[in-house]
Amino acid sequence: MSDFWRRFRRNRGAVVGLVILALVIAVAAFASLLFPGSPWDMATAPFVPPGEEGMLLGSDSLGRDVAAGIAHGARISLMVGAVSTAAALCIGVTLGAIAGYLGGVADDAVMRFTEFFQTIPSFVFAILLVAIFTPTIGSVVFAIAVVSWPPVARVVRAEFLSLRSREFVQAAEVLGKSRIAIVVTDILPNALSPIVVLSSLMVASAILLESALSFLGLGDPNLMTWGFLIGSGRSVIRLAWWMSVFPGLAIFLTVLALNLVGEGLSDALNPRLARQRGGAA
Amino acid sequence: MDPSRLPGFLLRRGVKAAIVILAIVVCNFLLIHAAPGDPASVIAGQSGAADERFLAQLRRQFGLDQPLHVQLWIYLKGVLTLDLGFSHRQQLPVWTLIRERLPATLLLTGAAFAFAVAAGVTLGTLAARRVGTWADSIITVIALTFYATPLFWVGLMLVLFFSVWLEWLPSFGMATVGVELHGIDAVLDVAKHLLLPALTLGLFYLAVYARLTRATMLEVADQDFVKTARAKGVPEGQVVRRHILRNALLPVITFAGIQAGQLIGGSILVETVFAWPGIGRLAFDALLARDYAVLLGVFFCTSVMVVGFNLVTDLLYAVVDPRVEVEG
Repeated sequence: MSDFWRRFRRNRGAVVGLVILALVIAVAAFASLLFPGSPWDMATAPFVPPGEEGMLLGSDSLGRDVAAGIAHGARISLMVGAVSTAAALCIGVTLGAIAGYLGGVADDAVMRFTEFFQTIPSFVFAILLVAIFTPTIGSVVFAIAVVSWPPVARVVRAEFLSLRSREFVQAAEVLGKSRIAIVVTDILPNALSPIVVLSSLMVASAILLESALSFLGLGDPNLMTWGFLIGSGRSVIRLAWWMSVFPGLAIFLTVLALNLVGEGLSDALNPRLARQRGGAA
Repeated sequence: MDPSRLPGFLLRRGVKAAIVILAIVVCNFLLIHAAPGDPASVIAGQSGAADERFLAQLRRQFGLDQPLHVQLWIYLKGVLTLDLGFSHRQQLPVWTLIRERLPATLLLTGAAFAFAVAAGVTLGTLAARRVGTWADSIITVIALTFYATPLFWVGLMLVLFFSVWLEWLPSFGMATVGVELHGIDAVLDVAKHLLLPALTLGLFYLAVYARLTRATMLEVADQDFVKTARAKGVPEGQVVRRHILRNALLPVITFAGIQAGQLIGGSILVETVFAWPGIGRLAFDALLARDYAVLLGVFFCTSVMVVGFNLVTDLLYAVVDPRVEVEG
């Protein structure tokens, strides 16, 4: 563990990313303390520029506090990112494990299915799913999970393919362990590091996807999100630049932090690869 | 690749593409039926408010009172003859709507793609040749930044900067409204409108291609045939262009195929921001009006475009790289 931490720390970008991420999580956790009351309520006059009348980041066209919106939106973004990634991991790990462990016809079938989902324009598909199942937080999470599992399935399949013929798996088979037990207790723990690295990148892209959906007006109408804030600032950008600029910065920082942490995790979990990359760079 | 094997290769890829397209149609069909409420009102694009006579007509037309497999057959026949349904809102067939908007989207995605590949490959080559210098670091930072920035926000920031503050470029539409332009003036007018949207859409992919080119060039530069070329006394510029870059471009072609779907998805956002009159904007308007027939049509058409593009990149790859297996 300390070894892991030492290697992670060596990547300076990753440490910066971790600090930013911790800040975003703190803002999300203490949103109700920092900005009591609903972010939908009017706090002051409309279009107050940043820094005036106690509005740190200005107010929007209905006099709502942009900073409060960002703080409360952080909860939704992080939550959607985490839950949809967890759901995508469930689908991807299951399918990847089936394909990689069973091989043969099952592998073929799963891989064709995965290829299909990788071919179709995923954002268009996500829009279609949310629109047809009406925009709610549930349908947004569902749509993001449905379009983001294929890379997981591919990675897990590749890991399982290389692990299933190792001696320790053969030993478990000889011992008469059931297939499911072998997959869950023997192979999966050994395939975890690429899954962990991948999932931090998936949370990042899920946050981007959610913001794009709510920018198009496909967010849950009852929830304040970053994409919604930018979308509502779009038509008045000549009048109130702060309405679109600050929520976008929040998305940028969060996603950048997650990407940096992902690279750090990759360095820490695959030291051999990190050295190779260090050698080439 | 041996030219005599080309027809067989094409046939196999063609069959694969046809299966994918068929699966997309089935997927659309299932979505209509999975949606909450009456499938007829989904097709009509109005939940609850539709005219009862119109709904009855739709039910007859799509055979909604018949078993599911019969319905699927009717739906399939319709789509495969390019009958993508009727937009009740716009009082036009969906295919007509999409056909009208297609050129604008192709212009936008084509321009963005060309810009991304040209600039990305150039920057990636520069970074690979100056590994470890500040130029390399700057290119890496730019790539990381555009990876993490929402596309639509980049568009808005460009509008804020170039249209609102500097007043250099128009912020919406494809041509100046209310002015009749001809010849070169009309082309320049469209080009001026195209600049910001294409830049927005292209910047993200520029980052992707720059990183990819850098990585593959470094990999290829280490290989023996490059050393041989140098040992033969081939000038350095020629080694980079003819030996390294040419081989490093293969993954870029593959990647272009993989990214085609994302490029089209991104164009929905960009067209929404810049009011660019393409199918992305059409999809956004359909979204606001809950016009599902148009949305399903847009999904089908963009998927077909991606499948077609993948076919082209596969072929290109097979022609460019003699090592590719034609069996796949």
